[in-house]
Amino acid sequence: MSIAELLFSLELGMIFGIVAIGIYLTFRVINFSDLTCDGSFVLGAAVSSILLKSGYNPFLALFAAVFAGVIAGLCTGILNIYFKVTAILSGILIGFMLYSINLKVMQGVPNLTLINETTIFSGYNPLVILAMVSLVVWFIMSYFLVTNFGLALRSTGQNSLLSTTNGVKIEYMTMTGLALGNACIALGGALFSQHQGFVDISQGIGTIITGLAAVMLGEKLLPFRSPWIMIAACFLGSFLYRILVSYALHSEVLGLSTQDLNLITGALIVFVMIIPTRKIQTC
Amino acid sequence: MLKLRNICIKPVLQNLDLELSKGEFVVVIGANGAGKSTLLNIISGNITPTHGQIVLDDQDITTVSAANRSVAIAKVSQDPKVGTMTNMTIYENLAFAALRGKRRGLGFFSRRSYKKLFKSKLAMLHMGLENRLNELVANLSGGQRQALSLIMALLADSKVLLLDEITAALDPNTAENIMQIAAQIVRAEQRTTIMITHNMKHALEYDDRTILLANGKFSKQFDPQHRKQLTPSVLATEFC
Repeated sequence: MSIAELLFSLELGMIFGIVAIGIYLTFRVINFSDLTCDGSFVLGAAVSSILLKSGYNPFLALFAAVFAGVIAGLCTGILNIYFKVTAILSGILIGFMLYSINLKVMQGVPNLTLINETTIFSGYNPLVILAMVSLVVWFIMSYFLVTNFGLALRSTGQNSLLSTTNGVKIEYMTMTGLALGNACIALGGALFSQHQGFVDISQGIGTIITGLAAVMLGEKLLPFRSPWIMIAACFLGSFLYRILVSYALHSEVLGLSTQDLNLITGALIVFVMIIPTRKIQTC
Repeated sequence: MLKLRNICIKPVLQNLDLELSKGEFVVVIGANGAGKSTLLNIISGNITPTHGQIVLDDQDITTVSAANRSVAIAKVSQDPKVGTMTNMTIYENLAFAALRGKRRGLGFFSRRSYKKLFKSKLAMLHMGLENRLNELVANLSGGQRQALSLIMALLADSKVLLLDEITAALDPNTAENIMQIAAQIVRAEQRTTIMITHNMKHALEYDDRTILLANGKFSKQFDPQHRKQLTPSVLATEFC
């Protein structure tokens, strides 16, 4: 693997690290199996891309993508909490509906190119920009999880009955977790589209798997329960996932090609799940 | 202070009436399936009665949600796992419980004053937990977790304390210790308490009034005068 490939993996690792934080928030923090992510990833990318094409500031496009992700997460939460649709089904339904919405956002075309548009990476080293964005996201999310509100949010995923008897409104917390999680995923989608210079309607397929792989790898590597370390572990897991996939695809010994990506990803997740976890540290 | 009027939840409980004064310690006994835990769940707001009224300090709280009731009513369950959060530290569990009924904003919960309070409360347990504040609750034994859940329930200034077979999963020594701590705090802080137990000795030793729940009704009450003649074995025969 060349240095250029390694740096590229690092860049993608940071983008999907943000996606992994979103999945960590829903799957681990609030214990909600949210499958909206495949749709909200493209939603973020689509909203950001269409705003860039309309001449808006690329940072404003990122904020708009985050807002769109919040709305997607809230829709899943509303289905689950107020209409009593199961967690998995509400995520699937919103993700399914987002396909059409994303197409509408993209003005009916399945892909858009951003080659001539100004993005947050224009004129700068993408690695530096992504490192700065990742640092900001890491700080905000970690800080949030160690606040009194964040503690209540974490409690809902650990022991919802105890949370209720301690005055925490589970419905409110679930909605907050879903909104934040999908906001991160949409931000990841927006960054990915600006980084790659295009958006495709099928770009989000497998986001859930990529994110989960990153979360699981991170948990195995850094088995600490501190939110500061857990959020950092999402980035580390994402980066390692990218390196492993890239290495597997480029390894002549293994004889694998690009079409084997899903096979490699699936096998990697299975491997990560079966290797024993070290005892969680209190740090 | 706490009044239950004509509480019904078919087919478990039928037309229950109960009145507790401030600081009173009432023990409810009864066979398995008699509806004791259901009664506590109704008071805590986890179950809504089909009929009847719950009044706390002259306020009807029958339709108030469990989350909103938590300001005034604290509950300790029989399963220590239900009363604590496994993957959080002892400190985080206590900080979470200390904020019951308060606004949970974006401030940090790491405060020195809290630490002092938590250490003093945990020291009452004589289990050495005050020196293990940053340890995960998952590393504690069942007895230690139950003791922690009791301290968590007592941290906030709730008026009513519900104890649901809190010593059921504990060894005799730990059970005795937990009961003594609970009784000591309840008496000192004048907390109105309803406790469910299958331990007749605890029922007679710690409470002001013992109530037998059978067939969905309060079938007998043993006030202090009646209880002088009672022994744990005699009380146990009342189940039959």
